[in-house]
Amino acid sequence: MNYSNLFRIAIRALVRNKLRAFLTMLGIIIGVASVIAMLAIGEGSKQRMRKEISSMGTNMVMVVPNMVRIDGVTLGNQNSMALKYSDVVTIRNEAANITMVSPEVRANGQVIYGNQNTQTTIYGVSDEYLSIRKLEVQSGRSFNENEIKGMSKVCILGQTVVENLFGAGVDPVGLSIRIKKLPFVIIGTLKTKGENGMGQDQDDLILAPYTTVQRRLIAIDYINGIYASAISEEKSAVAIAEVDEVLRRTHKLKETQESDFRVMSQSEILETLSSISDIMTYLLGAIAGISLLVGGIGIMNIMFVSVTERTREIGLRMSVGGRSRDIMKQFLAESIILSILGGILGIIFGYLLSKLAGSLMSSEAIIKTQSVVLAFIVCFVIGVFFGWYPARKASNLNPIDALRYE
Amino acid sequence: MNTIIEIRNLRKDYHVGEVTVHALRGVDLKITEGEFVAIMGASGSGKSTMLNIIGCLDKPTSGDYLLDGINVNTMGKDAIAKLRNNKLGFVFQAYNLLARTTALENVELPLFYNPIVKAKERKEAAITALETVGLADRMHHMSNQLSGGQQQRVAIARSLINNPVLILADEPTGNLDTRTSFEIMELFQDLNEKGRTIVYVTHEPDIAKFASRNIVFRDGKITRESMVTDRQNAREILKTLPVESVEEFDK
Repeated sequence: MNYSNLFRIAIRALVRNKLRAFLTMLGIIIGVASVIAMLAIGEGSKQRMRKEISSMGTNMVMVVPNMVRIDGVTLGNQNSMALKYSDVVTIRNEAANITMVSPEVRANGQVIYGNQNTQTTIYGVSDEYLSIRKLEVQSGRSFNENEIKGMSKVCILGQTVVENLFGAGVDPVGLSIRIKKLPFVIIGTLKTKGENGMGQDQDDLILAPYTTVQRRLIAIDYINGIYASAISEEKSAVAIAEVDEVLRRTHKLKETQESDFRVMSQSEILETLSSISDIMTYLLGAIAGISLLVGGIGIMNIMFVSVTERTREIGLRMSVGGRSRDIMKQFLAESIILSILGGILGIIFGYLLSKLAGSLMSSEAIIKTQSVVLAFIVCFVIGVFFGWYPARKASNLNPIDALRYE
Repeated sequence: MNTIIEIRNLRKDYHVGEVTVHALRGVDLKITEGEFVAIMGASGSGKSTMLNIIGCLDKPTSGDYLLDGINVNTMGKDAIAKLRNNKLGFVFQAYNLLARTTALENVELPLFYNPIVKAKERKEAAITALETVGLADRMHHMSNQLSGGQQQRVAIARSLINNPVLILADEPTGNLDTRTSFEIMELFQDLNEKGRTIVYVTHEPDIAKFASRNIVFRDGKITRESMVTDRQNAREILKTLPVESVEEFDK
């Protein structure tokens, strides 16, 4: 029996029991649709996160102090004094793959303008910081060399701070605010960046010269971190190694000693977050996959019923010359058609489901070609796997017994 | 004349639980080309087992069976399936047509399993076979839209399509009324006159009289074998029967 006949006969057998075929397919449809939708939603949120993190600068390299351990007690890294401004100078002078470097000194404090006040983080930085973090000035200007050297009391406000102190749409450049009782002149505002992938408000900040923050605001001689820019994204790994090497040397660490700092790149953070979201995606996909498995078992069940119901037909086909393998092929064809057709409908349904979920979650669901191809292959395998046993049962029937079956 | 069937000392045992049933206890039989043989016997006499073995649906426990000069006992499953496909035609008591399938496609069925035959040839052969049994005007009817007699004619057409050396019929008139039975026998007699070798099983002596030779089974053995002397002609008998129009209900 050739394949077009096989296909036609199988289709006809399924059409004879339209409702049953449809209900059987429903298992596969739901299974495939949920797998497709889950993977699409996972992929969508991953891409969104990637985009947001990339917008912070993909070739960014960060140096943070390592956790401090004193007499076996592990302390946080917030108060570590491991990094100094001299490290910034060293990196700038010695790391060839780094273009821009800025220290970061963080201070939390109350900010007051007139009768309004707000709590925010003040970042003490150099002027290069803005380009490293991909921050843009909306109005006004950035600091200059002299303001940094002179510990000038100037600042740049993020939009959330502007809103909290002055109300939306007001340009506060030139006005004066008080940060921790010190008066600061606003020389600029930043463009809105919105929330980052983890829900943090990226506009709730104030930038000021690091010298001012370090000496005048919190009176420390160390810095909280170093932000730098590798010359390109590809070079960021090399840049990390370089920074690590340079800092270990200047910190005079022995081979065996643990570093008192940690160098990270944006792409590293990206990888970590991607792998977390990948795990989530696979988990959801696996749960959806279980329903696909249940759908496959449904196919097997119906194929068994079908074999029993059509025992006489099998007997007849054998008596007119159908070989065991012809009978087997016929039933396999039916289960494969059921599962593939279910798969196609499932892909369509899954596509619609992804679109719907995407619009509800305000992050676009992205259906990858691989997941469609995978769904298709899985359906074929399910058809063969779950159809095989009933088909074998049919093909092993004895023609006389089959013909006499009531 | 060629020998179509040669059976020597054929035995068939069934094991039902602990008990062994001897369905056939040493049968010798020879059927030559062009014969029209009726196998008779009470139920349990072994006649159906005999027909199944002749039809290569069952294998004997011992003994030789040569079909058209080929020893069937030594053949594998697939080869036997091919043999059934090429050399045999089956007609069953319950017709065994595919439900919700047209007469034409039911007749085509055996040729689906013959890879040499092309779709066009298959269809032409099926139309010819349906013309032979007088159902050319019913070929696009679904099998369940046909009367019993018509269904059996479709089954006969199906058995003819592969141009078999032997047609086997298991109680072909068992589900039919007298007149329709005679019509089926008339068709068989016509086919036999054209040279077809036919073997059928029946338990009705009336129906056996249309054959040229009768073989009677009892307890797994042939007890009587005779040429039919008072052979009936179905066409003649049909003329004497009052005409009923029961069969034409579907018009």
